[in-house]
Amino acid sequence: MSYVGRSVRRLEDPPLLTGEAHFVADLDFPDMASMRVVRSPVANGRLIGVETAEAAKAAGVIAVLTAADLDLPPIDVRMTNASGLDPYRQPVLAEGRVRYVGEPIAVVIAEDPYQAEDAADLVWAEIGDLEPHLDPLRPGEFENGIPARVATVEKKYGDIEDGFEVSGHVLEVELRVGRHTGVPMETRGAIGIWDEAEGVVHMYGAAKVPHYNRSAIATMLGLELDKVQLHENHVGGGFGVRGELYPEDVLVCEAARLLGRPIRWIEDRREHLIATNHSRDQVHRVKVGFDDTGFIHVIDDEFWQDQGAYVRTHGATVADLTGAMLPGPYLVPAYRSRGHIVLTNKTPAGTYRSPGRYEGTFVRERILDLVAAELGMDPVDSRRVNLIPRDRIPFDREYSALATGVTYDSGDYERLLDRVVERLGYADLRADLERRRANGELVGLGVACFVEKSGLGPFDEVRIEVDASGSVEVITGAASLGQGIETSIAQICADGLGVNIEMVRVTHGQTDRIDRGMGAFATRVTVMTGSATSMAAAEVREKALEQAAGLLEANPADLRIERGRIQVEGSPEGPFVTLGDVAAAAVEAGGELSATAEFNTTHMTYPYGVQAAVVEIDRATAGCRVTDYLVGYDIGRTVNPMLVEGQLVGGVAQGIGGALLETFRYDESGQPLATSFMDYLVPTASETPHVEVMVSEDFPSPLNPIGVKGAGEGGINGVGAAIAAAVGDALGQPGAVTELPITPESIQAILSRG
Amino acid sequence: MTALRDITLLVNGQEYAVRVEPRKTLADTIREDCRLTGTHLGCEHGVCGACTILVDGSPVRSCLLFAVQCEGVEIETVEGLASDGVLHPLQEAFWEHHGLQCGFCTPGFLMLAKGALEEDPGLTGESLKEVLSSNLCRCTGYQNILAAVEAAAVRMRR
Repeated sequence: MSYVGRSVRRLEDPPLLTGEAHFVADLDFPDMASMRVVRSPVANGRLIGVETAEAAKAAGVIAVLTAADLDLPPIDVRMTNASGLDPYRQPVLAEGRVRYVGEPIAVVIAEDPYQAEDAADLVWAEIGDLEPHLDPLRPGEFENGIPARVATVEKKYGDIEDGFEVSGHVLEVELRVGRHTGVPMETRGAIGIWDEAEGVVHMYGAAKVPHYNRSAIATMLGLELDKVQLHENHVGGGFGVRGELYPEDVLVCEAARLLGRPIRWIEDRREHLIATNHSRDQVHRVKVGFDDTGFIHVIDDEFWQDQGAYVRTHGATVADLTGAMLPGPYLVPAYRSRGHIVLTNKTPAGTYRSPGRYEGTFVRERILDLVAAELGMDPVDSRRVNLIPRDRIPFDREYSALATGVTYDSGDYERLLDRVVERLGYADLRADLERRRANGELVGLGVACFVEKSGLGPFDEVRIEVDASGSVEVITGAASLGQGIETSIAQICADGLGVNIEMVRVTHGQTDRIDRGMGAFATRVTVMTGSATSMAAAEVREKALEQAAGLLEANPADLRIERGRIQVEGSPEGPFVTLGDVAAAAVEAGGELSATAEFNTTHMTYPYGVQAAVVEIDRATAGCRVTDYLVGYDIGRTVNPMLVEGQLVGGVAQGIGGALLETFRYDESGQPLATSFMDYLVPTASETPHVEVMVSEDFPSPLNPIGVKGAGEGGINGVGAAIAAAVGDALGQPGAVTELPITPESIQAILSRG
Repeated sequence: MTALRDITLLVNGQEYAVRVEPRKTLADTIREDCRLTGTHLGCEHGVCGACTILVDGSPVRSCLLFAVQCEGVEIETVEGLASDGVLHPLQEAFWEHHGLQCGFCTPGFLMLAKGALEEDPGLTGESLKEVLSSNLCRCTGYQNILAAVEAAAVRMRR
């Protein structure tokens, strides 16, 4: 019986259920001191001086550090696909200039966190206020002579002019997606420890990309790579924002080295909301040409992305993915996207789950709804007319995303749409909603189709070691942010090797255990680490059978491994050896039972989905409630259905947040208005409907040995789009929603102009 | 700085003699002085509920209480849920129903659910959903948390 394909309950759960798990804030080291960051209170200004004397005298204070005390370069871009980003990188501590409320100016290190926080209030920064730039459509200067418009990312194919010529209809619309972000329940945190004897700096609290961050910290601190070790503990959610390299990560390491004591920094929630990456925040101006059948001949999109005060580690990633993925599952013979990355005096922005797709799907699916409305078509039909037919897949978009060519690897988009239509009882549901609307209710249905991406390369390496007890360790440079990789990777290993899953443990995020690793982002782990695991397991299995053949005096081809026992196939009563015996024999012979495998790929896999939302609007309050939600998703092959469903449902909830509730607003002076959970509204159980999930495995990916595609971002991708369509349907104005989040104010405005 | 106070907290049936500033929150005291780090801090302003514990059987936000207020009350934290290595029905159900992903909010949800179900063992459906809306989870979309608590409620009533 195989583990892959079964809803195995998670190996990682017991310590999380009993309180024994260790998140970074739970760690205690002897002599540990606490760091508090002093942050800019203004959005844009000249930093004239930082007065630290009074803070330095406060109770318990060990040191106060400003940029003048440190010699650290700015934080580099990790994912770069645009040049000229260097001048826009964020310094570790501000020097001469502050550019957003929340920018680190100094750090106070004290015996305990209460003292550090008290003393931080005594640090006084003299700042000469400058006019803040808050509108990405009217960019200012980053610095004298350096424009705040950082770069323009272009994607293009086909003939735009021809496209408009053959189109009988042209529409133009401006669409906006608000500023919101991942907001994991655990805030960030980091502990730096300097091992004087070994000359090694250790950082606990690593996440997402420990190996990359290790090399970045080593470079910044001027240390050899092997003198920096990062350690991942339990991580309370990531969603793209957690685990990127931030100033605080570097500061704890440098402070530990300067002061010779472990230095702990734990972010508070206010800090999180102003200091950790924001995301989304795009304005699109799109022009579309289509004919009487609803076929879209051309999309010409220009967008502005407000990336906040600095270019952080993601570089141009969000703009790149927005442009690349915007055409989604539709043919669209001619397409152009110009995405302008603009800096403003807001918290810097990076990626958040389904970056560029949540935004691009909203834009594209609004277009499909507008086309349908214009022609009096059913919105499902406008989609059907435009979907890429099965016989055109693999389908090459003729441009790249994340430096890989965008080629949809496998799928049948219309078949999935058919299934969703069938499951919804679409015609009856439409009719029922129509009846309810006739009775005065404001209810509506919205549908969104999308293509996701997963399994970003270029490589992943896995080492599998078996010890004499027969226990199996899988060591990977991937990372766990709570998504369940210990279980899914163990399932793949257990099947490949022929052992019980209880014998497998997965070690991740430890730079002292494996030299290389790409981490966990871009829905890559099941595809990349899973494939490498399957390859390494096959190799260990082969070695074990060869070794066992000697011990059992049999032909390796006649042997099988089941539940860690190796014996001749078909003779269960015959002699056997265990995997542990074989490992022991290997050690005795001066070797070990282990293998390292590397999986390489130059292309991503492309799962796809269809989502549908039903909403109800309260006429009196203009509040919108999502009553039903359906996700149809083709994932190629499922490793653990329960975990896939968990990813999709969780993603929908986050998508509802971005569609209806979550938004970072600023006043005219650049002060952030959402700095607590009283102002930044994360969906609770009351705002989250039951989500029905329909996963299919019709089209395994041809690009990896196990056929998998990823689930991480397929839940959130289409939510803004589907809810916008449903709200438009409910209000009887299909194209009325042009901006996310859809607030009671915006609904009220639509109602009153209706 | 205010003078330190010697107090005794009763947590999971065990007494902890601690010396704290009057301003130290109960959550920080439980985590740092009692070294029970299963109670997590997600916002420190009483909204997210990650720090939910039971005080005399009722769910409370431990970030909104001071330790010095809590002498003479019975405190229960997630560490007290399992006994002799046997998981509480709520813990079992969360495991079975995939009611957690990153697990950071889980101790708060477990304690909230325990308090709520002990007060009203018949809690179910919309009323249960309303109670569980007290706490935030960013991973699960709540669906499996609701299912887990429903399932545990049935087991706990037996």
